[in-house]
Amino acid sequence: MRLEARTNIPLGFMLLAPVLAVLASFMLCAGLVAWSGVPVLEAYGLLLQGALGSGFALAETLARTTPLIFTGLAAAVAFKSRFWNIGAEGQLYAGALIITVLGTGMLDLPQELMIPVLVICSAVAGALLLLGPVLLKLHFGVDEVVTTLLLNFIVILLVSLLLEGPLKDPMGLGWPQAEPVTEAAELPRLFRGLRLHSGLLLALLLAFIIWIVSIRTTLGYEMRAVGFNQKAARFAGMPVNRVMIMTALISGGIAGIAGYSEVAGMKGNLTLDLSPGFGYTGIVVAMLAQLHPLGVVISATFVASVFVGADAMSRSAGVPSYIADVMVSVSLLCMLVSVLLVRFRIRWS
Amino acid sequence: MEWLEIFLNTSFWVAAVRIATPLIFGTLGEVICEKAGVLNLGIEGIMTIGAMVGWMTVYQGAGLWTGVLFAAVCGGIFGLLHAMLTVPLGLSQHVTGIGITLLATSLSSYVYRLILPEVNSPPRIQAFEPLDIPGLSAVPIIGEALFKQTPLTYFAFISVIVVAYVLYRTPVGLAVQMVGENPAAAEAQGLNVTIIRTCAVVCGSAFMAVGGAFLTMSAFNAFFFNMINGRGWICIALVVFASWRPGKALLGALLFAAFDAYQMRLQQLIGSEIPYQIFLMMPYVLSILALIVMSRRVGYPQALMVPYRKGER
Amino acid sequence: MNSSEIDVSKNQSDSEVVLRLRGITKVFGSLVANDDISLELKSGEVLALLGENGAGKTTLMNILFGHYVADSGSVEVFGKNIPEGSPHAAIEAGIGMVHQHFTLADNLSVLDNVMLGTESLWSLSSNRRSGRRHLEELGKRFGLEVQPHVRISELSIGERQRVEILKALYRKARILILDEPTAVLTPQETKDFFETLKKLVKGGLSLIFISHKMQEVLAISDRVAVLRDGSLVTEIKTAAASETELAHAMVGREIELPERKALEAGRSIFKLEDVTVSAGEGRPGLKEVSLNICAKEIVGIAGVSGNGQTALADLISGLAVPQSGIVELHGEIVRRFTPENMLRNKVGRIPEDRHTQGVIGDMSLAENSISECYREAQFSTFGWQNHRNRDRFAENVVSRFDVRGYNSKAPVRLLSGGNMQKLILGRVLSGNPQLILANQPGRGLDVGAVAYVHQQLLSARAEGAAILLISEDLEELLQIADRIAVIHRGQLSETFPRESISIAQLGLLMTGQQNFSTTNYPSAGNNAS
Repeated sequence: MRLEARTNIPLGFMLLAPVLAVLASFMLCAGLVAWSGVPVLEAYGLLLQGALGSGFALAETLARTTPLIFTGLAAAVAFKSRFWNIGAEGQLYAGALIITVLGTGMLDLPQELMIPVLVICSAVAGALLLLGPVLLKLHFGVDEVVTTLLLNFIVILLVSLLLEGPLKDPMGLGWPQAEPVTEAAELPRLFRGLRLHSGLLLALLLAFIIWIVSIRTTLGYEMRAVGFNQKAARFAGMPVNRVMIMTALISGGIAGIAGYSEVAGMKGNLTLDLSPGFGYTGIVVAMLAQLHPLGVVISATFVASVFVGADAMSRSAGVPSYIADVMVSVSLLCMLVSVLLVRFRIRWS
Repeated sequence: MEWLEIFLNTSFWVAAVRIATPLIFGTLGEVICEKAGVLNLGIEGIMTIGAMVGWMTVYQGAGLWTGVLFAAVCGGIFGLLHAMLTVPLGLSQHVTGIGITLLATSLSSYVYRLILPEVNSPPRIQAFEPLDIPGLSAVPIIGEALFKQTPLTYFAFISVIVVAYVLYRTPVGLAVQMVGENPAAAEAQGLNVTIIRTCAVVCGSAFMAVGGAFLTMSAFNAFFFNMINGRGWICIALVVFASWRPGKALLGALLFAAFDAYQMRLQQLIGSEIPYQIFLMMPYVLSILALIVMSRRVGYPQALMVPYRKGER
Repeated sequence: MNSSEIDVSKNQSDSEVVLRLRGITKVFGSLVANDDISLELKSGEVLALLGENGAGKTTLMNILFGHYVADSGSVEVFGKNIPEGSPHAAIEAGIGMVHQHFTLADNLSVLDNVMLGTESLWSLSSNRRSGRRHLEELGKRFGLEVQPHVRISELSIGERQRVEILKALYRKARILILDEPTAVLTPQETKDFFETLKKLVKGGLSLIFISHKMQEVLAISDRVAVLRDGSLVTEIKTAAASETELAHAMVGREIELPERKALEAGRSIFKLEDVTVSAGEGRPGLKEVSLNICAKEIVGIAGVSGNGQTALADLISGLAVPQSGIVELHGEIVRRFTPENMLRNKVGRIPEDRHTQGVIGDMSLAENSISECYREAQFSTFGWQNHRNRDRFAENVVSRFDVRGYNSKAPVRLLSGGNMQKLILGRVLSGNPQLILANQPGRGLDVGAVAYVHQQLLSARAEGAAILLISEDLEELLQIADRIAVIHRGQLSETFPRESISIAQLGLLMTGQQNFSTTNYPSAGNNAS
């Protein structure tokens, strides 16, 4: 077997890849669903119903989409420059942590000022957390995959420590949770009675900005060049280290904002189960989008519908909701293969 | 001087070797994969599925060794998946590895829930008993640590010796090293790079899964979600710390485990003055420090993470 | 291989065909690398495969050895077809190949490299003692002595080549393919190497010798096959061949050789005084190197690769920082060694490896054309890129430097080597550099493209640029350089005017057999032409 690079790839082909991957993953997971005793088509029907079947379901799905856009963008930006930030989970918690410190009463500003300030603060927190791994990579050659992964565990333990200590909500009936953020810090809901909040608009805006930066600015040009061929970029006189650091700051910053959005838009306060693995799922989102910032929005919506739909399916049919994680990870692997099939022609000999 | 007395405590050394066992398996497995030129970030998930499958096999009534075998086979299957995607297809080893971890972890949870839908406290199994080697285990302080452990721990030590011998002394080991160093050279020798790399990843992944199985079959006797808790990632750091050598991997795992066991005892000594989370952070912090200290050392396989596609131009 | 077998093959009739290629065709994308090639190798003969870079020689041999699978055609060895796409089968059939880029694992010993693959992978131990004895025997017989237990990483290039040959002999090869074996050797080493080849032929082997150097082909081969653009154009006995005839067959068209005018060298542009660059990871750096390059002259650096050329190129590219010594540009001491600063100081750099350093393969031609000047005001205002100016600039480069196969949207890696080099040349020369580093600018290019590159370098010289040309090809250096220095183990000889030095003398310097006298350097340096 040999792989032969295709020289001209039609755009339609590129768009087909994720569709193929998703279909393949649904088919591959059918066996697992059937194992649970529920007819496959019925289960998938329930999943679709639960994700998109009603206004409420749709709002839930979009609410779930919001953090995934952030973490997906974080991964996409970093991966595009071949910086393997697997630490969006930790960066999300770092953002949430700083919001909890500042937003529960310490900072008192009118809402129009409070929200931008907190957005920036959460971004700074996330960015600073990723600064360590990028500097270690540049100056000591330490692999960032392992450092960012390990930092996730460290940050979550830190959150646990603070939630049982100084940040513990005195009204929390002994649960390890923080005080709710003040009204001014809250991200307003988009519709009354639904959990969908304005964090989604922020996420969409950010996706658009990242896209423009990537294709139209000098920084985006440098970031792509460094990602494609670091040696050539350095030879051409590009400030490779600075670009790497910028990439890390942007990536970590976006993941940090996810923490703000979740605390101030979704949950209201910081708890240890703030993120059910949004950071890791963001990697899948980014890969399904082929690292395209606008594609991230679409793939995040897809992944969120799988999660929300699987929850509903689990409630009504009894298929364990872990099926969502399985489906999402299978679609990641399928996506890798289908992108390969788009880029290369396989010759059997 | 209580903090020094810990070192004279037999139970401390026993615990250190016990903590080290899954790390030895995991690190050894990762060394095999990376020696052949394939980074296996699926380790965390493969350890999880090993833990689940080993435990579940025994829970369903099979023997302990059958459980270990099933765990190894399952690990091997996920290794095969990783190898198929990264070796002949040459996909990104980083992303594929993370994908394998996500898949194996979620699959473990799904299958566990499917088989045991209504359990709140995880059921326990009759696990491996410590095997006393008469005479030697009576050596003060470290006797029990080395000679009164469960069979899987002995198996880990033997594995290190066997793997080291195979890697450095047999043709197949040299072939593994060559595909990790210069796959084009291996091919020019008439060796099949794809098959050798794939076999190495499968074999390494089986070791990782046994490391996971140790946790449910020799340590906790039950399966919990998230029970691997970053041990896989620590193994990745230990591989760097060990400069890709099995003997040093053993040493690194033992050192690391001794530190972990020590801080746990220190924690009991100090009490609640220092939050327990600080102690729990220590292994992760230590791994990062180990990476920094060893970062400048060379010795990594030259073709690590470089896919080899035959006849490409 | 034992001696009795060799004697048998020796006694066979001379006309016996040991290898037969039938109608080999191989297409890569739109490039026909091999077009219906049929070829025979007779027992005990040396067949030279002559052709320019890109003519398809290496592709053909890679098919023969099973690295590639041909689209059509068959390979027959000793009367039997061998299965396609399997080096293992080729080795079994008695073919050995010495690759241009050695296929050795640096972290293993000579013996391990040689023995691996000859024993069953499943044996629990390896019989190293008899392997070692056999290896030493072979080495003695063919004059290819190496120490079996030394690691490959500690061997010189010449020694590594010996290991490659021994590897084939150890596997009882009776047909040996040598892919550009002399490219890494000095003229003297080449002579010794030819002696070895003669011994191999006497020992009963049949050889295929791949080269693009005419004199070598005439010196060693019995028969010559000439490839051009993937087709076999001529096949004649060497005794009946003339150099002009072969050259014509090889190139197939008239190449206008660039005209080189004598010019008076101008003021000093670039100066090194006792510069030392530390060795990175086993490669030699520079040791107290001094050099002076003036405007309107080309200074050539000769030497076997791996003797410090990379360090010298990195220094000028801004990728390496000297440990000691003084680097002067335009009479001022350089303090910041970054690619950016070098560019600002009007240093143009043509890198050795186009693909890894020269271009960003996945970006478009337009994006690549501005990679060294994208910060300029015409391309960027407050970090916002001006795509219109960029595209106009790229079009200008394309038309001025005759880049063909240009598609503005397609990634630049799809360009051919020659066009890629033209793009790099265009990018470098558009900056009107006053110092140009040309590191192996002709490597891998066909004669026409090489002539074009030389032409451009010469006209840059005429316009007043100082040029440092690093090359392993002595003929290239003697063709266009004004002065030549030799680099050996990180040390640089004095420079010699082109008229006063011969290939043989350069060869001696390249092996370090002649002492490096740096005492009379200043006078030689100032005496430019």
